[in-house]
Amino acid sequence: MTLASPPAAVEKFSAAYKSHAADSASSPEWLKSRRQQAWSTFSELGLPTKRRGNELWKYTNLQPLAAADFEYGVTGSVTLDQIKAAGPWDDAWNTVVVVDGNFHAELSNLHGTAGLTAGSLAEAIAEGTGNIEQQLGSLAGSEEYAFTALSTAFIDDGAYVAVADGTELGQPVQVIFVTSDNAASRASYPRLLVDTGANSSVVLIETYVNLADSAQFSAPVVEVFAGEGSSVHHYRVQMENESSFHLGTTRVAQLGNTDFTSTSFAVGASIARNDIHTLLDAPGATCTLHGLYMTNGDQQQDQEISTTHAKPGCTSDQFYKGILSGKSTAVFSGKVIVERDAQKSEAGQKDLNLLLSRGAEIYAKPSLEIYADDVVAAHGATAGHVDRDTLFYLQSRGVDEEAAKAILVRGFAEEMLNEFKPEALNEFVEKITDERIPILLAESDTIGTA
Amino acid sequence: MLEINNLHASVVDIEDSQILNGIDLKIGKGEVHAIMGPNGSGKSTLANVLMGRPDYEVTDGDVTFDNESILELRADQRAHLGMFLAFQYPAEIPGVRPWQFLKAALDSKAEARGEEKMSVRNFSKLFDEKVEAVGINPTLVKRSLNEGFSGGEKKRNEMLQLEVLQPSLAILDETDSGLDVDALRIVAEGVNSMRSPERSFIVVTHYQRLLNYIEPDVVHILVKGKIVKTGGPELALEVEKDGYKEYLDAAAAGANA
Ligand SMILES: Nc1ncnc2c1ncn2[C@@H]1O[C@H](COP(=O)(O)OP(=O)(O)OP(=O)(O)O)[C@@H](O)[C@H]1O
Ligand SMILES: [Mg+2]
Repeated sequence: MTLASPPAAVEKFSAAYKSHAADSASSPEWLKSRRQQAWSTFSELGLPTKRRGNELWKYTNLQPLAAADFEYGVTGSVTLDQIKAAGPWDDAWNTVVVVDGNFHAELSNLHGTAGLTAGSLAEAIAEGTGNIEQQLGSLAGSEEYAFTALSTAFIDDGAYVAVADGTELGQPVQVIFVTSDNAASRASYPRLLVDTGANSSVVLIETYVNLADSAQFSAPVVEVFAGEGSSVHHYRVQMENESSFHLGTTRVAQLGNTDFTSTSFAVGASIARNDIHTLLDAPGATCTLHGLYMTNGDQQQDQEISTTHAKPGCTSDQFYKGILSGKSTAVFSGKVIVERDAQKSEAGQKDLNLLLSRGAEIYAKPSLEIYADDVVAAHGATAGHVDRDTLFYLQSRGVDEEAAKAILVRGFAEEMLNEFKPEALNEFVEKITDERIPILLAESDTIGTA
Repeated sequence: MLEINNLHASVVDIEDSQILNGIDLKIGKGEVHAIMGPNGSGKSTLANVLMGRPDYEVTDGDVTFDNESILELRADQRAHLGMFLAFQYPAEIPGVRPWQFLKAALDSKAEARGEEKMSVRNFSKLFDEKVEAVGINPTLVKRSLNEGFSGGEKKRNEMLQLEVLQPSLAILDETDSGLDVDALRIVAEGVNSMRSPERSFIVVTHYQRLLNYIEPDVVHILVKGKIVKTGGPELALEVEKDGYKEYLDAAAAGANA
């Protein structure tokens, strides 16, 4: 018999939930009931804590989140220049700007591209655009997971992106989530719903930046419905400020012959989780989940990556790289489930880490659960230090120690950085990496000792 | 140019690991010295100690470069003085591209010497020229430094770096090992074209063959961490014919006496 402790921190959110529910009396009935259901799920679950014996939260301590207080509905000013300075930007992209959880029309840069619907989620809900009623909350919302439940209980606004059948968009669509420059510590639950039509293709960039220095809590949820034969190249850039909590969730449903890739760049927040699950729900789907995470100070970065092969003949590939310094912690929890019917599946899983300090810790847990018998799968994880022989090699050519270390760390990141294809995005992640490396190295104590 | 006096060195943190047992060597400006010797005699150790590898500790003796002791200098500082080591086993460095890395190396050398940095344009020109000269597949040098290179490709890449960095003292540690005949000729031609009254070479090799192309001024035989014989190019021919037995026996007799 176990002694059940009460769900943690539910009361912290309940007043806000009630006032949100009262404010959204005009929402469609289907949404109201979805919110209520999600709230009752959250009330039962509470915030995950180690105490509640949850295996998934063994290494990420949410105590600071449970202890913090957040405000709702406070917003401050944001200018376009601030956004452009904080995140990647290209005028040619269609960019949807979401400020403190709400779509912001003036700051958005939308070109009215044929075949693309991009804008406010609240508006799409009000107008019942596309398949929104069937889709919103259907992938994330019914599951027993505190942060999707919490987010669904507060569904309100965010961004909606739909690509019409057969439309191949030449330029990326970016959705940038900004918190305004305001001293308040706010909670926000922005949503992004993506619906790609049959044989369409889109490059989607999802970016998180803060203009505020104060601790922010955001639990964004992204749901992607990849239509038959569509191609979705998704990028996720998470650079929240270093006192924030970012508990992000991405849920993807892939129909037949879809090609979904997601490449994550995670450097921000005090406690961050990038939780992504893809469901390969029809034959011939491929899914590539890659990412780079960098941590320093007391940061916690958690990559919760899972793929389910539900149908035969699908391919998946998970590959993450981490660079850790200071007293930071990173978790890579990769899971691939190959269901019994999913014959001829191929799955790869890899997590490589570079530890720059003795105080940094990586918990890498790649796992394969295979119930079919005709499957090709491989997995592995490593954690290493910068090698002294390579360091000496560079120094012997005249590069000083600091520069040589930076070259080696950058070299480790390089193959992931190369995966960020849109030019302005690539330049942005390279710039952030180059700025971050000296900070990581300043907290480093292991180079040349391994 | 380079003077080695009574050099003793051992491996850091390993007791009784002395490898170099009192080396004396003088290399004048513009000279080419060959060092031969059996496996494990300390040739690579000498080369690495000269370049300042932190794995080794100098326990006695001194090394001067242009009359200044270099033992307290870091490897990058020695490189800035004009020293260069082509490694017997070059490290593989994933994600680091030769172009970027060599530009960084050249820039820090210029900076340390208070010289002007080469423009990207001029550097690219030089780089492309040298890539062609050493016969490296240009797509290879766009990849990671040495990662996935064959043994011979790594050696050609060492030559590329040598030719771009234009050191005043180049130490080549078995750059000829593992090369096909064409590559061997490229190495030899590279060295010969760089030979000048201002530039010296130490060529570590097992094969007389290389010395047919690069005629050394002096040949040394290194056995058990000591130079046991010094002579002209004919010494390499003798070794090719008779091996090291004579020297090893003498060293053993010396140790027993
Ligand atoms: N870092 C080290 N740690 C331990 N032993 C070492 C180290 N470096 C060299 N040695 C030992 O010192 C001896 C000399 O090695 P070195 O590599 O200098 O020989 P070499 O003359 O270059 O041989 P080869 O012709 O095979 O290249 C060998 O016995 C080797 O094992
Ligand atoms: Mg050797």
